[in-house]
Amino acid sequence: MFLKPQTTKAAPKHTVDPANQPWVEKYRPKTIDDVSAQEHIVAVLQKTLTSSNLPHMLFYGPPGTGKTSTILALSRQLFGPDNFRNRVLELNASDERGIAIVRDKIKNFARQTPRAQTVASDGKVYPCPPYKIIILDEADSMTQDAQSALRRIMETHARITRFCLVCNYVTRIIEPLASRCSKFRFKPLDTSSTSLRLQHISSTEQIPVSLPVIDTLISVSGGDLRRAITYLQSASRLSSSTSPPTEITSQDIHEIAGVIPNPVINSFAKVLGVDIIDDSGMDVDDGGRAKGFDAVRGKVKELMREGYSASQLLSQLHDLIVPHPTLSARQKSQCAMVIAEADKALCDGADEELWVLEVALKVHKFLA
Amino acid sequence: MSLWVDKYRPRSLDDLHYHAGLSARLRSLAASGDFPHMLFYGPSGAGKKTRITCTLRQLFGPGAEKLKIDQRVFMTPTKRKLDVNIVQSNFHIEITPSDVGIYDRVVIQEILKEIAQTQQVDLNARQRFKVVIINEADSLSRDAQAALRRTMEKYMSNMRIILCANSTSKLIAPIKSRCLLMRVAAPNTAEMQTCLQYVAKREKFDLPPEAAEEIIQDANGNLRKALLVLEALKMQSPDLTGPLAIAKPDWETYCNKVADMIVQEQTPSRVMEVRAKFYELLSHCIPPTVILKTVAERVVERVDESLKADVMHWAAIYEVRMRVGSKKIFHLEAWVVKIMSLYKQFVFGFSMDDFEA
Repeated sequence: MFLKPQTTKAAPKHTVDPANQPWVEKYRPKTIDDVSAQEHIVAVLQKTLTSSNLPHMLFYGPPGTGKTSTILALSRQLFGPDNFRNRVLELNASDERGIAIVRDKIKNFARQTPRAQTVASDGKVYPCPPYKIIILDEADSMTQDAQSALRRIMETHARITRFCLVCNYVTRIIEPLASRCSKFRFKPLDTSSTSLRLQHISSTEQIPVSLPVIDTLISVSGGDLRRAITYLQSASRLSSSTSPPTEITSQDIHEIAGVIPNPVINSFAKVLGVDIIDDSGMDVDDGGRAKGFDAVRGKVKELMREGYSASQLLSQLHDLIVPHPTLSARQKSQCAMVIAEADKALCDGADEELWVLEVALKVHKFLA
Repeated sequence: MSLWVDKYRPRSLDDLHYHAGLSARLRSLAASGDFPHMLFYGPSGAGKKTRITCTLRQLFGPGAEKLKIDQRVFMTPTKRKLDVNIVQSNFHIEITPSDVGIYDRVVIQEILKEIAQTQQVDLNARQRFKVVIINEADSLSRDAQAALRRTMEKYMSNMRIILCANSTSKLIAPIKSRCLLMRVAAPNTAEMQTCLQYVAKREKFDLPPEAAEEIIQDANGNLRKALLVLEALKMQSPDLTGPLAIAKPDWETYCNKVADMIVQEQTPSRVMEVRAKFYELLSHCIPPTVILKTVAERVVERVDESLKADVMHWAAIYEVRMRVGSKKIFHLEAWVVKIMSLYKQFVFGFSMDDFEA
């Protein structure tokens, strides 16, 4: 289980039909040169390919920026397909990673001296340096105990084993571990490289994707390339499954991403007194206010019945209020405060309807 | 004889009464052979589960309906035994991991790896993959969700996951980005009317539209509830004419009483009485959030306009405290006291500025 082959190396008996593979896996960079937009890190790692020396590494950055892809590509380039299996141990959060595993599996693997280099079967020459790599993916979900158990192991076996920790939040890695590694920060992908990558995929897959759709994908995914690719694949599935195949529209992307359509948000905002300057419907005298409570509650109930997710609703409402041209700075900050509070509450597992209602009532009050 | 809800549950995608666009999509996805992981979300009683079973049938044919119930034992790392009920057919497996509380991660890991590592042996099967349905996905712990992440990508060739949740807020972003999101909205009035009339026709009786209207109002978008109420009413008065008395559940009437008590009198002794009622409700396994929401809604109906927003505000605040804290009754009571003091201040005309949070 632990020395698992990577997806590209599925056993010949049952090859994975590439059409059914997620594009995220299919278009994972094969070499570190293919990694999008992380020039600095790629330049550093290129050196290690020639010098056969590698420090312990800690990759961190937001999701979908290529952390796992980079280390997988690097180890593949270092060891080649034949040695990959016995030189690389990849553990992620779907594997058991308690302290017991650190003590047994990782320690045992770290202890083994790597076998002598064999000739690669595909005729290429791989550097195959005399160490093994242990990849701990999603390391921020390891327990504190498990992390501290790693400390000594990392040092004693440093001669024959390199560790690569991959995580989203570097603050969740305990300090002693972080100080043993050289840190690489992966930055969110910029628009141009995301767009290039998406265009490359769409041309390889031969699906027509217009530029506005790519822009929508980028804005919805917010620098997360994996998300953008997954959405693109889902959209192409949907569009090709209808007959005759229809072209992908920005609306499809919004639908797939679970984004609430703009008209819905606008009408919600209108009930709260935002956006549309509508003095007749939103009188601020006592009678209008009384009507306000029931109107607001009715609207919230309606939205909840439609099944929209509260966090998405709040974030879109926030996006609408903050750049709003006519609201005062004070009103905006008051709204932002209450939205922040609601977000915290939702994270704690609070009831969605109550908190959307709470936000709606507060915003309504501030803007009255 | 089974309940009407089950008896007339649509079996295939073509039988579904509403959300035609969604059904068409599911149908074409099932036909394309390139089926993604999916996440169905929407309010309860909207038909998520029905759509999932219909999709399974579309994917695998009638074989997917031959269900068997299995009891499996899992072992946690601390050598604790967990019993989990699993519903499965030859093609899919259905689990509710939140049954086992904080140990859901173990169950998810075990089951998914087991499914993922075995291929479909039946050569006549229509699809090469098996489907894992995870119910109540929004109550999965963070650990369990993290455990799903890589598995979903890695074993895509052998398995597809269908998640079923009430809301996507509690799912971590990596899971959401790996799934095709399917929003199942609650049916609107006209759609519910169609469904009720359909059932009435199949049961061979006449359902007056006014009666149906009343049932729909009461059900508030929950089709399951509407059908149950319809069946109950039919038992009570076979002709369904005249004024209908839709029986409220006991706990709801009880909550109404509590709301009345809060508004009538605001004294320490009344708080004690309310407390006794709350205990009664809690001991009958009514979820505290439901109690708080129902009572708050009733209180709002009875108080002055200017107090309404505050009542809901404090309900929201104490609800989240209840989740974070451990003893529910404390927070329910605190909320009652808060509302009483607000109400009293309002009646006696104090300024409320000092009490703004």
